Amino acid sequence: MATDTHGGEQHSPLEQFQIKELIPIEIGGNDISFSNSALMMVIAVTLIIMLMLLGTRKRAMVPGRWQAAAELCYEFVANLIRDTVGNEGRKYFPFVFTLFMFILFGNLLGMAPYAFTFTSHVAVTFAMAMVVFTGVTILGFAKHGLKFFSFFVPPGVPLWMWPLMIPIEVISYLSRPVSLAMRLFANMLAGHTLLKVFAGFVPALGAAGVFPLAFVGAITGLEFLIAFLQAYVFAILTCLYINDALHLH
Amino acid sequence: MTEREPPKPRDDLDERLSKFRSERDVATGRNRFKTDSANNGLGFAMRIGVEVVAAVIIGVAFGLFLDDWLGTKPWFMLLFFVLGSAAGMFNVYRVVRHQGGAVGYRRQDKPGPEMSKTDMDGE
Repeated sequence: MATDTHGGEQHSPLEQFQIKELIPIEIGGNDISFSNSALMMVIAVTLIIMLMLLGTRKRAMVPGRWQAAAELCYEFVANLIRDTVGNEGRKYFPFVFTLFMFILFGNLLGMAPYAFTFTSHVAVTFAMAMVVFTGVTILGFAKHGLKFFSFFVPPGVPLWMWPLMIPIEVISYLSRPVSLAMRLFANMLAGHTLLKVFAGFVPALGAAGVFPLAFVGAITGLEFLIAFLQAYVFAILTCLYINDALHLH
Repeated sequence: MTEREPPKPRDDLDERLSKFRSERDVATGRNRFKTDSANNGLGFAMRIGVEVVAAVIIGVAFGLFLDDWLGTKPWFMLLFFVLGSAAGMFNVYRVVRHQGGAVGYRRQDKPGPEMSKTDMDGE
């Protein structure tokens, strides 16, 4: 910054969200460089695959550590689908499971020091939300055909209210991917920024820095909870949307 | 709901099992939306705030797009701002009433609260 030259080498709390190109690649004028974000995604996917492979290798009757962890993840998502969608939802288990694990590992890996949190970027979360949204819309059309549009007319609404209700419902429907994407990215962004801001107070306050340090410790615990919770919320909302598409009202 | 029913006895068993399970869940108070919000009040709370904002954003964006297209500068934006706010309120109302995601009305198999209450009384 030209106006802030005397500020010196201060680390911005937002620096952690910077995308850095690791391997520059350009194809047809498009920049598809391998960035730190992509690296974290590869690490997340590798870890998930490793967990699942290790967990399913033995297939023991009495599960070992890895198998117990893998089964825990599996059962968590399976119960989630069963509770929200019911038995017809089983078909969509791979999709929900993939989303859940990817987001969960992305959030948790972001908690490691010096790591990059790819779920803190709206491009990533919005892409996932749009996949859910278009997938669910296509599913609704495939299941119900044009009857899908009855979705936008709440039952029991008198005819003269329709011109008012239909735009509201359409906006409501279109706001789904936005809210889905925004919730995840805003939570991760805000949490990590807060951590860095308060961590910045620690050296600045000298001996009194123990107070922000304790606070950072507490917030770190909360961040782990939020990391899990956001993956859970994303998965459960995906389930609810699938449920909506399967059973129109 | 138009569910195809292939004439396989196992599918029927699956269906009856799931029906039994859901009935048991309702009977034992293990209602799906109840457990989800009771176990996870925080996750529940986090959903609400964003819903309003998202609906308003979509409403305003759509209004601006229409204005740009039809050349009626502020009017559609204003109209859709109001509609978007209404949609946001509806979203929150639905989440609070455990009606699932953003767009969701009462289920056919699960009537509104006042009706289910009379149903229970009748049983």
